Amino acid sequence: MSQNSQTPRGEMVTFMLNGAEVQADPNWNLLEAIQFYGIDIPTLCYDEGLTPYGVCRLCVVEIGSGDRTKLVTSCMHPVREGLEVRTHSNRVIKTRKMIMELLIARCPSSKKLQDMAALLELKEVRFKPLNDDCILCGLCVRMCEEQMVAKAIGFAGRGTDRYITTPFDMTSEECRRCGACMYICPACELRCQGPQAETVLCSGCINTEPVCASEYGDAMCFMVPCLSCVKGPEDVK
Amino acid sequence: MTVDESRLDSIIDEYNAEPGSLISILQDIQAEYNYLPAESLEYVASRLNIPRVQVFGVATFFKAFSLKPKGKQQIHVCMGTACHVRGSKRVLEELERKLEIKAGDTTENGEYTLETVNCVGACALGPVVVENEEYHGQMTPIKVENLLNGK
Ligand code: SF4
Ligand code: SF4
Ligand code: FES
Ligand code: FES
Repeated sequence: MSQNSQTPRGEMVTFMLNGAEVQADPNWNLLEAIQFYGIDIPTLCYDEGLTPYGVCRLCVVEIGSGDRTKLVTSCMHPVREGLEVRTHSNRVIKTRKMIMELLIARCPSSKKLQDMAALLELKEVRFKPLNDDCILCGLCVRMCEEQMVAKAIGFAGRGTDRYITTPFDMTSEECRRCGACMYICPACELRCQGPQAETVLCSGCINTEPVCASEYGDAMCFMVPCLSCVKGPEDVK
Repeated sequence: MTVDESRLDSIIDEYNAEPGSLISILQDIQAEYNYLPAESLEYVASRLNIPRVQVFGVATFFKAFSLKPKGKQQIHVCMGTACHVRGSKRVLEELERKLEIKAGDTTENGEYTLETVNCVGACALGPVVVENEEYHGQMTPIKVENLLNGK
């Protein structure tokens, strides 16, 4: 957040963000501006220290006005004078939930995905779970290349056969075992094995009363932020 | 298989060892050896000074490249819509039975590689089988025998 929390200097562009007129540094992407103004939208493949990649599509926002609106990924879209941006319109929320549903179906074992799904109030997953352990967000590849300067891993294959690997699928000499790729991976941390661990969709705990973690310490949920605190137990069905 | 470094050098030098010419270089190597030997990929990566994983990524991305040796006769059975409805599946099954391999594999003696493709742009001739760039139209399981006997 360091770069974002400084007061922007120089020429600014003015645009509409959820109905309010705001200003932003023209070098920012939309996501940076949205975050600067304290609006929380889910992102998965974006990291401040890495080049935006725009593959998870979770950061979608709606731009334009009237009948001429379209969805764009905010992490890849530049801020421009006169834009009209909506981060939580019905269309955006519907799309976001659908993307989340697809991601969960691919990789239901990820804590991060499950937490995000709970915050988006995803109630069902209509796709057959793939139980994969990677969502191809490319964070590990960019981390390894841009921050660790090791370039030890990358994508191989294409389409449905795409996967992350080392050169020739063998233990790679370039890798220095720094662990940065695992640190940044949203799929590596396994979800809690709480009361409903075998379901595709977690968030079983939010239905339990009382909701506070001390009672359910064994469930290891530790969702950040805890959904029941954010919403208050009476808001959660 | 050992690769001839001087041959690789001449291919790479033709493109001035430009990282941007990676695909063309790999195409030439594939044409030379009929596949991309792992050593050649290692060598290309070090000559072009690009990460090995990048070369591997490109080599596995395109269907035109193969990391496994291919047979002398390359048979592509079209599985596109037009060929499919005209029974290309039976042609493929016959080829698999005759060659005793599955689609995507190469016979042990290195003679045949059998692969499927999706439309080769000759739908009117379907079902189409392409053997080393030569198109055979209106294929039937019976004609497979002749094809393999080179008739
Ligand atoms: S552990 Fe290896 S692959 Fe992962 S970021 Fe570090 S160098 Fe790259
Ligand atoms: S291994 Fe993890 S970080 Fe890498 S692409 Fe897959 S989900 Fe993303
Ligand atoms: S965060 Fe923008 S597409 Fe992933
Ligand atoms: S479908 Fe076989 S050539 Fe077009």
